[in-house]
Amino acid sequence: MDGVIGFFQDLGPNLELVAERMPQIVDGLLVTMLAMALGALLALVIAFVFGIAQISKFVVVRVVARIFVEFFRGTSIVVQLFWLAFVLPQLPYPFGFQLDPLLVGVLALGLNYGAYAAEVVRGSIGSVPKGQYEAISALSLSPTRGMFRVVIPQAWALMLPSLSNLWIQLLKGSAIVSTVLLYDLFFQVEQLRDRTGTWFAYTFALLAYYLIAWLIVILMNGLEIRAKHNIGRGPALSQSWRGLFQAPGSTPEGGRSARVVRDKSAVKAGTAGEGGLA
Amino acid sequence: MPENTENSGTSGAPHIEFRDVVKRFGDNTVLNDLNFTVTKGERVTLIGPSGSGKTTILRLVMTLEELTGGYIHIGGTPLQYEEQGGKRVRIADKRRRRITTDIGMVFQHFNLFPNMTVMENIIEAPVNVMGLKKAEAESKAEALLDKVGMAWKKDARPSELSGGQQQRIAIARALAMDPEVLLLDEVTSALDPELVGEVLAVLKDIAAETDISMLIVTHEMQFARDVSDRVMMFDEGSVIEQGLPDKIFSEPENQRTQDFLRAVL
Repeated sequence: MDGVIGFFQDLGPNLELVAERMPQIVDGLLVTMLAMALGALLALVIAFVFGIAQISKFVVVRVVARIFVEFFRGTSIVVQLFWLAFVLPQLPYPFGFQLDPLLVGVLALGLNYGAYAAEVVRGSIGSVPKGQYEAISALSLSPTRGMFRVVIPQAWALMLPSLSNLWIQLLKGSAIVSTVLLYDLFFQVEQLRDRTGTWFAYTFALLAYYLIAWLIVILMNGLEIRAKHNIGRGPALSQSWRGLFQAPGSTPEGGRSARVVRDKSAVKAGTAGEGGLA
Repeated sequence: MPENTENSGTSGAPHIEFRDVVKRFGDNTVLNDLNFTVTKGERVTLIGPSGSGKTTILRLVMTLEELTGGYIHIGGTPLQYEEQGGKRVRIADKRRRRITTDIGMVFQHFNLFPNMTVMENIIEAPVNVMGLKKAEAESKAEALLDKVGMAWKKDARPSELSGGQQQRIAIARALAMDPEVLLLDEVTSALDPELVGEVLAVLKDIAAETDISMLIVTHEMQFARDVSDRVMMFDEGSVIEQGLPDKIFSEPENQRTQDFLRAVL
């Protein structure tokens, strides 16, 4: 209980400490955002390449993609990170690389979450109605053209909610890159902890990550509203700015189950929304 | 009414030819040793109870289904398989696509691309498959949209349109490829009753103005009577009776045809 009371007693001086260390904290924040953005970018590329490769008509391509996805999905991100940071440099020439800590972080995050996202991409492509594939075929469009012009734009709207989820997980996962000497937000929080104690420092970290997560949520909600509008489901973003702060639901045409999901997520978004905006 | 009614049946060079066609789904034989031909410009309606293989025939011609046995020729060119030195050889997808360029299909559920506008839906294939210039494809599309009465909606998205309107767009999209064969697969079955008329009217116009060969699967018997040169009655994967629409609809000879027509008319 001492901690709780201490938290409030020392709040003033601790906030001053935060203000004092603000330059370092901002640096850490920027590193975290950079790792999160570059990691997500790499993850997205990997997701599309290996998601699509898994439905290739060539068996070899499918098998290789499958092994890749299962390997990076099935091995711990901490182990991957340590392997890249500490084993890779020890490999014999010409394979031994000492990578920059940011690059190690981005690679590990991108590979691990990219493998998860590849499954999302594969699943979403499979969820595009069969009739769309038949129309592609009936118009004699090549499968590649059909994939990029017809299937992926529709699958994109389906995959965004899951990608949004994964991106937030990637953000949180990025906290462990401080263990390979990357001076990210979590590293700076640890520095802060030396002066303020655990209660204040980790509470501060919670709020900081929460705020960054909200930036992701708002951005992804915007993308989802836009993507749904582009396939004729739901209003344009310019007509529904409020939607940025709610989980974008399906339109009633989505059927009963879609409406249940929407209602549930509306409730969730309602309560979370108040917290986030407070 | 088309003028080539007397050309129907076996006379004239076959435009579509089914030779010993077999189609199985697992253990279920849908088509068994089916032989028939359609001459150029002929409109043939397939009728019969559900599960009799009518839609499968259309899907085989569109190469949406793989033949189990036999051959299909379009204008003398083998479509899915060909005979090479006494062996039945599969034709590669790329070559199949070149042949299916001449074949258009309109689906029960329209299958318009929801991520494209009406105009984009129509010009996608002409530009990317036939290599038309965009401006050229657009002016052609406008003429077709005009024909189906949808020119005023060219910038709309499919989701903003009624089922009847979507189906008319889908017809325009199929026609934009200048098909020589048009496959109509229960094109009014998913429509509200009051929207059926507008789609059938468009199809009747097209039947009257062009000489596209058509294979039609429909439950609209009056429409079948109006546009077809020949009606083929299917049951259990084979043709049990065929002839002029007036003959089939007014005085069918086969007992099963009589039963079927009594049930649907």
